[in-house]
Amino acid sequence: MSSDQEAPAVADDFILEMQGITKEFPGVKALDDVNFKVRRGEIHCLVGENGAGKSTLMKVLSGVYPYGTYDGQIILNGEEQRFHSISDSEAAGIAIIYQELALIPELPIHENIFFGHEILRNGMIDWNETMTQAKAMLDRLRISVNPETPVKDVSVGIQQLVEIGKALSKNVQLLILDEPTAALSEDDCENLLNILRELKAEGITCVLISHKLREVQAIADTITVLRDGKTITSMDATARKIEQPEIIKNMVGREITNVFPPREHVTPGDICFEVRDWSAYDPKQGREILHNINLNVRRGEIVGIAGLLGAGRTELALSIFGNTRHYGVSGEMFMNGAPVRFGSSAKAVDSRVAYVTEDRKRNGLVLMQDIKFNMTLPDLGKLLSGPFIDEPKEIALSRRYFDEVDIRARSIEQIVGTLSGGNQQKVSFAKWLMPEPELLILDEPTRGIDVGAKYEIYCIMNDLVAKGMSIIMISSELPEILGMSDRIYVMSEGSIADEMNAADATEEAIMHKAIG
Amino acid sequence: MSNTQISAIRKATVADSTPRETIGQSISRVIRSNIRNSVMFLVLIIVFVVFAVWSKGTFVNSFNLTMLVAQTCVVGVMACGMTLVIVIRHIDLSVGYMCGFLGAVAVILMETVHLPAILAIIMVVALGAVIGLGEGMLIGKVGIPAFVVTLGLMIAGHGLELLSTQKTGTIIANNAFFLQLSNGFLPPIFTFGTISSGSTLVIGVVGVVLFVVLQISSRARLASHGLVVEDAWWFILKIVLVFAIVGFLVYKFATFNGISYALIILGAVVVFVASLQSRTRLGRHIFGLGGNPEAAELSGVNVVKVTALVFVIMGSLVGLGGVLLASRMAAANPTAGQGSELLVIAGCFIGGCSPAGGIGRVTGSLIGALIMQSLVSGMLIVHIAISYQYVVQGGILVLAVLFDILSRRISAATRVVDQPPATPAVVSA
Repeated sequence: MSSDQEAPAVADDFILEMQGITKEFPGVKALDDVNFKVRRGEIHCLVGENGAGKSTLMKVLSGVYPYGTYDGQIILNGEEQRFHSISDSEAAGIAIIYQELALIPELPIHENIFFGHEILRNGMIDWNETMTQAKAMLDRLRISVNPETPVKDVSVGIQQLVEIGKALSKNVQLLILDEPTAALSEDDCENLLNILRELKAEGITCVLISHKLREVQAIADTITVLRDGKTITSMDATARKIEQPEIIKNMVGREITNVFPPREHVTPGDICFEVRDWSAYDPKQGREILHNINLNVRRGEIVGIAGLLGAGRTELALSIFGNTRHYGVSGEMFMNGAPVRFGSSAKAVDSRVAYVTEDRKRNGLVLMQDIKFNMTLPDLGKLLSGPFIDEPKEIALSRRYFDEVDIRARSIEQIVGTLSGGNQQKVSFAKWLMPEPELLILDEPTRGIDVGAKYEIYCIMNDLVAKGMSIIMISSELPEILGMSDRIYVMSEGSIADEMNAADATEEAIMHKAIG
Repeated sequence: MSNTQISAIRKATVADSTPRETIGQSISRVIRSNIRNSVMFLVLIIVFVVFAVWSKGTFVNSFNLTMLVAQTCVVGVMACGMTLVIVIRHIDLSVGYMCGFLGAVAVILMETVHLPAILAIIMVVALGAVIGLGEGMLIGKVGIPAFVVTLGLMIAGHGLELLSTQKTGTIIANNAFFLQLSNGFLPPIFTFGTISSGSTLVIGVVGVVLFVVLQISSRARLASHGLVVEDAWWFILKIVLVFAIVGFLVYKFATFNGISYALIILGAVVVFVASLQSRTRLGRHIFGLGGNPEAAELSGVNVVKVTALVFVIMGSLVGLGGVLLASRMAAANPTAGQGSELLVIAGCFIGGCSPAGGIGRVTGSLIGALIMQSLVSGMLIVHIAISYQYVVQGGILVLAVLFDILSRRISAATRVVDQPPATPAVVSA
C-alpha cells in the first residue's frame, strides 16, 4: 500500500480499528484491503470521491453488510466484532446517521428520539420520562423547539440534530455522520459543527464523511482519504495544518490508464439542444434545486456534467426529460433552435430525446420482463402493423440492437433481472437506440459495471456521436468525464459552477469547482 | 487486447457452457419453470375429480356443467378486466355491486323505458366505461389509491343497486333476445346418435384444431427466429391436456344443449383481452407500468392514459357482466352480483396474477375463475353449509397467493445468470 502514514504524537488508543477490509460485488471490488483506525475521542473525517468506497466501508462497519460477506477484521475497544445486522452494531455503541434521515415525519420530536427503544414502565410507554429525557436531550443539543412538534414541521438542520439526539439516547460511543451538511444552510452547518465539538468534549468519538473540505479542515483531528476502494492516506490534522490542495490531490491523483477508446474529435456541428436560465423548484423539498442553468450541446458532441452527489445533475436531467417529478420549472429550452417544452416523457421521446437513467434497476428497466420487451418499450409505434405489434419485425429489430451493443445473453427472451450489471446497462442503451434519438442523456452510464463492460459502453458512445448524435453525460467519475467529454460543465449546489474544454481540464480543477 | 477480441473470447465461453442434460433434469427444469401454470391446471383437474366422485357424478353431468359455465361466464368476463387492473398494481372492489346495478339498469331500460334490448345493452356497457373512466382518472391522475376509490364505489354501488329496484322490487325481464344471451344455445343444425348439437361438435373440433395449429405455428416461428422454445415433450403434453379438457367439455355440451351464447361472448372477450395483452402497444405499456412504473414513465409511457384505459375496459366488462347476470336471472334483482368481486379477484390471483403487479394473463385468470366457481358449485351440490363455503373460498385465495410467492422464488432460484464478465484485461492496454 502506498500510503504515507504519519504517526500521531500521542499514545495510540484506538476505539475502532478496521483491518484489511475487502468487499467485492459481482464484477467490482468496492473495498480493497482498507485499513481505518479511529482514536478515542477524536473527530475523524473520511473523504473521497463519489464511489471511492466511503459508504461501503460504513455499511460494513454497521452490519448492513453482515459478517462473512467481507474479508478483514473489525476491532472495537480492542475486541473483534462480528456484526450480523444494524442492531448488533448499535448494541456495541455505533450509530450511523445517513444523509437521508431515518425519522418519521408525522411523529413529534420526542417520540422520534426514542423510536425503537421506547422507555417502558410495566410494559407501557412512560410518556413522562420520555418527555423529560427528550427535553434534556434537546437542551444538550441546544434546540429550542417544543418537543411535541412533528418532525416534518422543523427545518432540515434541526431534523439532523434530532437524528443525532436519537443516536445519543442509545448511549452511543462512536457516532458516524454520512454527509450531514449536504442539505444544510451555512448557519445550520456551523451550528452542527459546534455541536460535534461539544460532543467531542463529552468524550464521544465521531467519524464525519463529507465532501465539504472547508468544514473538514475546520473540524478534523484526523483526515483519511479513500480512493478506488483503497486507503490512500491518513493525515494527523492536530500536528499540522492540512491544506485543501493536498486533500484534493490525494482524492483524485490516480494513475491515468488508457481505458478510453480513441475517438476522432471532429468539429462539432450546430447546437442541437440548449437550456437558458433553467431553474427548478422541488415542491417536496420546498426549495429551488436548480438555479439559472445555461447549457448547450452540439451535434456530434459529448458534453460531460461533473459534480458531487446532490449537485443537482440528475434533477437537471429529469427536469428536462418530461419533468416526471413535477418540479416547478422556469426558463427556456431549445431543440435545433426551436423553443420546446416536454410536458411528459412521452413528448420528450417524440422529440427524439432519450434518457438512460442513473439507477437501471429502480427506474430504468422492467426487470421481470425479457430483453426484447425492454428494448422495444419506448418505441413500440415503429413495430405496429394495424393495431398489432408485428412479431417478426420486433424480433428482427431487437436482434439487430442486441448484436449492435453486443449483449451477452442466451437470447433476446432472457429475463433482464437475470443479467449482469454490464449487460443490463447495454439493454438500457439499446432500448434508447431504437427510437434513434438526436439527444441522448446518460446518467452515470457506467455505474456498477466492470472495466471491460465500461470500455464497450464507451465504444458505443463514440459510435453514436460519430453518427451525429449529441450526448449529455452525467458522471461522478472524473476520469470518465475527462476521457470521454469534448466539453465539461461542473455543477455545484444546483448551479453551473464552470464550463471548460476537456483538453484544458484536470481532475483537480474540476474538483475545486465542484466543491465550490 | 481489442474490444472485439474480448467479445469473441466471451462468446466462446458462453457457447461452451451448455452441457447436455438427462431426461430427468429436463423434466425437473420444465416443472420448475412452469410450476405456476402446471399446478393451476392440476388444481382444476383435482377439483373436478374430487367433486365428481363426492357427488357420485352429479357434478360432471351435462346439466351441472352447463350451469357451471353459465355462472363462470359472468365472473370470467369481469376477471378479464380485473387481470389488467391487477397487472398495473391496482384493484377494483366495486365490480360485484356495480355489475348487479348495471344489470338492473339494463332491465329497467328495456322494461320501464321500453328501449330495444341491443340499445339497452350498448348503453349499459357505455355507462360502465364512463364509470371506469371516472375511477381511472381519480386513481391515475389525482392519485387516490385504487383501494379507496373502488371501496367507495363498492359501497355506493350497493346503494345504487338497492335504489334501482326500490320502487318495484325485482323487475322481471321479458325481452326474448335479452334472455337468450345467458340462457340460449346455439341452434344444433344437425344431430346424430347421442350428439344432440352438431354445431357444438363442429365448433369444438374446429376450435381444438385451430388451437393446435396456432400453437405449432407459433412454436415454429419462434424456432425459426432462433429463440428458445419449450421442450418437445412438454409442448405435446400441454396440447394433449388442453385437448382432453376441451374435448371432455365439448362432448358433454354436444350431447346436451350445446354451447351457450354467453360462452361465445366470454370467448370473444378472452380473445380480445388476450390479444390486447400480448400483441398491442397498450398491452406492452400495461405490463411495463405494472412491472416498474418509474421505468415505464421514463420510457415514454403515459401513466394516466394507460391507467384510465384499463379502468375503462374494466368498467365496460362490468357492464357486460351485469347484462349476462341479469339475463341469466331473467330479472333485475336487488342482491344480484353481491360477493362476486371476491370470485373475480380470487380467480385472478389463483390464475397467476401477481399481487405485486406486472404479471398476469387473462387465460390464467379464466382458469382461476373456473376453479373458484367450481368450488362454489361443487360444495353446493355435496351440501356443504354456506358458512363453510366462505371459509374454504377464503382459505383457497390465501393459499393461492402463498403458493404464487413460493413458486416464483423457486423458479427465480433456478434461473441461470449470464456469464460473469471476464477479468478486465483492457486496463493494461
